[in-house]
Amino acid sequence: MILPVARTALTSLRRDRGALALTFILPVAFFTILAVIFGARRDPTPPVAVIVVDQDQSRASRALVEGLARESLDVRTRPAARHGVEQAEYTEDTAELAVRAGDAPLALVIPAGFAERALAGADAHADVKLVRDASDPVAAQIVEGLLQRIAMTSLPEVMAGRGVRLMDPFVGGFTAEQRRRVEEGLAALRDRPDPETAGPEGGMLIPVRVRDVVGPARNDSMISFYAAAIAVMFLLFTASAAAGSLLDESESGTLDRVLGSRVTMGALLGGKLLYCTALAFGQLVVMFVWAWLVFGVDLPGHLDGFAVMGLVTSFAVAAFGMLIASACRTRAQLAAVSMLLVLVMSAVGGSMFPRYLMPAAMRHAGLVTLNAWAIDGFTKVFWRDEPVWRLWPQVLVLGAAGAVLSALAWRLARRWERS
Amino acid sequence: MLPSAPADDPAALPLEISGVAKRFGDLRALDGVSLRLAPGECLGLLGPNGAGKTTLLRAIAGRVQPDAGSITVLGAPAGSPAARLALGWIPQELALYPRLTCLENLEAFGRYFGLGGAALSTAVERCLRWAALADRADDAVQHLSGGMKRRLNMAAGLVHAPKVVLMDEPTVGVDPQSRNRMFEMIDALASEGTSIVYTTHQMAEAERLCDRIAVVDHGRVIAVGTRDELVRAAFGTRSEVVARFERMDESAAAWIRQRGGRFDGAAARFEVEQPTAMVALLEAAARAGHTLVDVSLRRPDLESVFLHLTGRELRE
Repeated sequence: MILPVARTALTSLRRDRGALALTFILPVAFFTILAVIFGARRDPTPPVAVIVVDQDQSRASRALVEGLARESLDVRTRPAARHGVEQAEYTEDTAELAVRAGDAPLALVIPAGFAERALAGADAHADVKLVRDASDPVAAQIVEGLLQRIAMTSLPEVMAGRGVRLMDPFVGGFTAEQRRRVEEGLAALRDRPDPETAGPEGGMLIPVRVRDVVGPARNDSMISFYAAAIAVMFLLFTASAAAGSLLDESESGTLDRVLGSRVTMGALLGGKLLYCTALAFGQLVVMFVWAWLVFGVDLPGHLDGFAVMGLVTSFAVAAFGMLIASACRTRAQLAAVSMLLVLVMSAVGGSMFPRYLMPAAMRHAGLVTLNAWAIDGFTKVFWRDEPVWRLWPQVLVLGAAGAVLSALAWRLARRWERS
Repeated sequence: MLPSAPADDPAALPLEISGVAKRFGDLRALDGVSLRLAPGECLGLLGPNGAGKTTLLRAIAGRVQPDAGSITVLGAPAGSPAARLALGWIPQELALYPRLTCLENLEAFGRYFGLGGAALSTAVERCLRWAALADRADDAVQHLSGGMKRRLNMAAGLVHAPKVVLMDEPTVGVDPQSRNRMFEMIDALASEGTSIVYTTHQMAEAERLCDRIAVVDHGRVIAVGTRDELVRAAFGTRSEVVARFERMDESAAAWIRQRGGRFDGAAARFEVEQPTAMVALLEAAARAGHTLVDVSLRRPDLESVFLHLTGRELRE
């Protein structure tokens, strides 16, 4: 009796394409996405973009910049050319603005007097400054670590000279002959052809002062990120499920009865879209109010940006839900398709892992998802404190996506209009 | 959208169907159907499952676009806003919102027809009373009995007080007591002058409710008239002898054919001009060596008419 029961279950599964897709395609699709994101063999460390402003222009500062460029960093000294016109080099102010705008997660400023005073430990004001976007905690740590490594590989004579100067008082002062030999040795280190073979590894050799310009003095950046990221993913699920009422009504005959009244297909879809948008916005409000009350995310300080991003995101996800509900024939099909699409979109679009941790190709691929644009928008609001008008790219893309998806949904739903 | 004509033309018939045809792939669902519905009349569409009754109702409601022919509702083309307002459609399925209460369902459908304010409240109250659901107004549909759901399903199609009502087998799956209650509701509706098209494959329902009956099979209307007209047209003054054979074999089947009878799978049917002809039939059977059991003489009914016209039973 066991085998017939198993056989019946297997036959049922074979007939249920949605369940088959969930069983076999979804895990493979997910595995593929994660393998691409974290595929260590091809691209182990995504290049961290760092803006460099060298105010010192000393041999040591130039060596430091060159050293950074040799590492797996995307070193930028000026903004990308616009319309073929090369832009002016970053200053400390424009570099900070660029970090605030999210062009790069951090900017490294080497102040004038760095080689003369900071390296000698004489003046902390000349320390290297790292202007950081706190939403990307990894980038700053990578650059800080690399700076110390470069100190040993690109500036061995500076490090050795520092050691000599520290030692000088303890040995009662070098003689003129000893001082001459030390200078010769440092010169030899300076002119050494291969800095990669340089000396011992050390700790914090280059003094660095880190300053957060995005989300300053807050440790809730990841909480803000996940509030937006998780909310968008669940919004997609909610919108798909809510839009599925179309299929319920079609199966029960209610849709026929409604369309037999004064309600047209346009009005019906408009009403459903309004409902799904309101539902999604309500879900976002609950999510962020909870994040504010429990985790201290600054919702009251960003109400305008939240309202704009919340409404446009809700509209786009509602339209997405309407489209897949219109495209599917049954509730079971809708459940399978929405699960597949939403999980894939969420993985690629950054709802599960921040996109800045992904390889460049995946980061760009993520831009085809609603998640990426919505999360980018909420990031601008809650981390970068950007004014509402700076949300225009996200508003434009999500608004246009919502309009296109709605139009496609209406096109597909016309099959219900008249047979 | 077809051009809309006023639906309150006093000269226009409640419903006029002319040469309507509809195909779904290879299936000819409707094949040149023509029918007229008089004011205040209840017209039954009688036919087996798959005969095309529901497709015809959907075409009248504007939910199916005919390939040929025309349908007007009080002078307005089917599917036009005026026709939709004039029509009440009670589908076979329970086309309701299961989580909403009776009151909320009726309000929703009333709003879909443009009702609001006091007019909506009055209409909803009237429908609740008509369906004997006033005391269950605040109960969710999913908690109602099957019969109550059916009654609410009917009420939801009437909330906007339509002049023409389409009922698609509204009593399917309903117990006899609830069915009688629904018949009373339909009687009340008809007494108010509402014109009704009622589809069924239940002969008794058609006889009980309908002024005229259209027999539908394979997408065609094969006969229309009152019950008596249909019987007279099919059988004249003849009666029907229904007989079971003790042993039904090839020889019996050949004898039935020879005597002009038909075998419907269970019994043989013979048409006789006079009741006395029954005696001769029994004697002939005995002479041929066949023993008849359960022999009855009866006036033909709608079932007999359907069998006569199509060669098969209504419930096949």
